[in-house]
Order: sequence, then structure tokens, then C-alpha cells
Amino acid sequence: MSKPKLALYWAASCGGCEIAVLDVEEKILDVAAFFDIVFWPCAMDFKYKDVQAMEDGSIDLCLFNGAIRTSENEAMARLLRRKSKVLVAFGSCATEGCIPGLANLTTKEEILDWVYHRSPSTVNENGVRPQPRFHVPEGELEIPEFYEEVRTLAQVVPVDYFIPGCPPQAPQIVNVLSAIMTGAPLPPPGSVIGAGEKTCCDECGRKREEKRIKRFYRPWEIVPDPNQCLLDQGIICLGPATRSGCGALCVKANMPCRGCYGPPPNVMDQGAKMISALASVIDSQDPEEVQRILDQIPDPAGTLYRFSVPASLLHRKRTQVTA
Amino acid sequence: MNQQQRFEPRIVGFLCNWCSYTGADLAGVSRMKSAPNLRTIRVMCSGRVDPTLVLRAFQLGADGVLVAGCHPGDCHYQEGNYKAMRRVLLLKRVLREFGIDERRLRLEWISASEGEKFARVANEFTEQVRALGPLQLEEAPAAVAEPQLEEVRA
Repeated sequence: MSKPKLALYWAASCGGCEIAVLDVEEKILDVAAFFDIVFWPCAMDFKYKDVQAMEDGSIDLCLFNGAIRTSENEAMARLLRRKSKVLVAFGSCATEGCIPGLANLTTKEEILDWVYHRSPSTVNENGVRPQPRFHVPEGELEIPEFYEEVRTLAQVVPVDYFIPGCPPQAPQIVNVLSAIMTGAPLPPPGSVIGAGEKTCCDECGRKREEKRIKRFYRPWEIVPDPNQCLLDQGIICLGPATRSGCGALCVKANMPCRGCYGPPPNVMDQGAKMISALASVIDSQDPEEVQRILDQIPDPAGTLYRFSVPASLLHRKRTQVTA
Repeated sequence: MNQQQRFEPRIVGFLCNWCSYTGADLAGVSRMKSAPNLRTIRVMCSGRVDPTLVLRAFQLGADGVLVAGCHPGDCHYQEGNYKAMRRVLLLKRVLREFGIDERRLRLEWISASEGEKFARVANEFTEQVRALGPLQLEEAPAAVAEPQLEEVRA
């Protein structure tokens, strides 16, 4: 009997998700024994034309990490969707945009202007910018188009399952792959798998008290008490607005949760929930003092939506000029 | 938009049950005229207005959102209105980062006896949002079920 076919691909991502797959350690041998790996550019030598040559729906499982930033990302998402029976958005970038998605708080023009003209380390006397197509004596060169905004995988093609996390934690990956390899029934399409159903706070062992915040601290400004809730200590911890599943790794290292597992179930917008939570714990009834306390958060959108700008309700910065 | 046609903004107003909604009611029974652009949603407390509701209103086509509650010290639930104030202040900063004019979100204290203030706020805010123009948030991108396939160059 032929083995089920597995594909892994990365679009706009850092490569951490690929390492997370290898973090399953010796279990990777079971994966390699169970599946026939038909496409995994990071680890093995495959070409896009190999995928194009496959029959539609011939890949049983495709783990797709990375957001959709360029036309190449989109074309590969469409190609792999067509070739795969089950397409999984693997990791925070594919699920909700993640760090590449922070670019949605600026515009394509601002990005290109900074990178090719204004950044102090740029030397570009002729003001050259890369063009999608360029003629050279040998013929036409083509590079992918850089899109106006970063999109999640599900904003481009239908997605069957979502595995959150930046990156997904190895034990969760093992859970998901073992379930598939043992033939366990799959949850309904559209489900988040490889994560918990509660918030990060549920996995955090710190002592929580009545929260009364007069001052916010950035993590480097104080050495936090390792046993007390970080938010109680004035450090912005996204635990209350983040899905469980990681085992509260960051808070165990005395660093605040930054929200990479995305919003918990039934939450539409992670940042909005965190705005709500922070507003509840500020200990002041005077608007001016509240404003001063809030000014201690240098970049609220980037902090509260660090991993979820493209998947959020507003999903990107507007460039509309008001009348 | 047609130049002759005046832009009529769509405004969602979250009014607290105990003060601002009663104030709006008073404006009505007192036959005060106020802009019809404000669509009222009665909530039990201004502190119940989750920022998600405000963002969702913008996303679904609101050009402005008003949150109105009891005056400081008057909250039926002691301090829900302070919570609303802190939320709105933080939400305005986030809106700014998303390129949305923070004047589209307004917080007002309107007591049950301030029908006149309700009418004034509704009129003022309508004119302010009219001046800002339509927000026109486009829909979030959605997956195309039957995509036009574009092959990648191998």
C-alpha cells in the first residue's frame, strides 16, 4: 500500500516553523516512515514543477507555514490548495499573520521608501527600486510582486485546520501528527487544532491578586517577581487574551506572554480583548492620569496585535485622507 | 459621490440604560430635534461596551461610534463608566495606528435629565463625522473558493 503523501511549505515566515517540525526529535523518523514526503523545500530538494506535475488532491496532508506577502506566496498557496486533500495553516503567520503581518500597520509605499531610499544604511544614489519585470540583454527577469498588505492563508484559499503558535510547540505537533497517523477522527473543518480551549492564564502558575496598575513597565525596566502575575506587576502580558496550548512557556521564563497562540475560542479580535483587559486594571478615574499611564505603552497596536494584525477586525492601516 | 448629494454618516450610539438612553428618551418626549443619523443601541452600562463591538461597528459600515454613559460618580454599577473612559482612551490610540481618525469615536457623559445635551451631542457628532467623510473600510480579504489559478514559474 502506498504511504500517505505529506507536503510542507513556507511562505512569508522566518523558518521557525520548519525548525519546530524538527523539534519533535526522534518522532520525525516515525513521520518519515509513515508519510511519503513529496514536497519540503526547506529540507529536501524539490522544485515547484514537481508539485505542478502532481495530480490534483494527491497530497494527503499539507502543512503550510508563513503569511501571504507576495504573488509567489499566493500562487503557491493556490497550487498547494489544489493539490492537497487537507490544507493546514501551520503556525501563527499562516493562521493570523504574525510578525510579517505587523507590516499592515504601515503601507507598501512607506516600506519601499524606507528600505530603498531613507534608511540610514541605504546607498542608492540613482533611486533604483526593484520592478516585478526587468529587461536585460539575456531576456526578461521576473520577481514576485510585493503586495499592498499581508494576508493570512485563509484570506487567500480555503483552509481545513489551523495550528497556532510562533512556532507551534513540538508536543502539540506530535499530538496532531500522532492523531493523524493513528487514524483518529479529525475535528470539523475550520477547527483550531494542536492548542487548548482556554487562555494562557489557565496554564500559568503565578499568583494573581486584584490588579491595580499605576505604571506600565517594559520587560527590561524591572526584574519581575517570578511568582506573581506579570500583569499585576505592570508588565503587559497578553495571557488573558491568548489561547492556551504552549504551556505558558514565556511566563515560566519570567517574560510576558506576547500572544502568539492567537485569540482564545469565541474571541473575534485579540487586541480588542486586551484593550478591554488593560483598561480594567488601570487604577485611576482621572482621564489625564489615565492618559499618562497609557502613554507608557509605546505602540499599543503593535503590542496588543503583535501576532494578529491581518486577522484582526481592522486588518490593516487605512491610507484614506479625511476631508 | 454626487457633489450635490450631502453625505449622511452612519453613526452607532451605545447608550447606557440608566442615564444616556433615558436622556435620549427625554430628548424624544420633549420634542427636541436631533440628527437621525445616530442608530441607538441600548446597553446596560457604558462599561459593557467591549472594544470589539466598536471595531465591529466600524467594520460593518459605521462612520462614527458614540459611547455614552452616566456622569463620573453616577454609574449605576459604581465604576463602569470609568472603565469605558479608559477603554475609549486606549482604543483611540489603537485606531490612530490603524489610520482611522480618532474623532470617529466619541465618549460623552449624558445624564437622564440631559435631553438637551443628548440632542446637541447627536447633532454635533453627526456634523463632525460628516466633515470627516465616509470611513469606507473595505471587507477583510476572503478566500476565493474557486480561484483563478496562476501557475508558478518552476
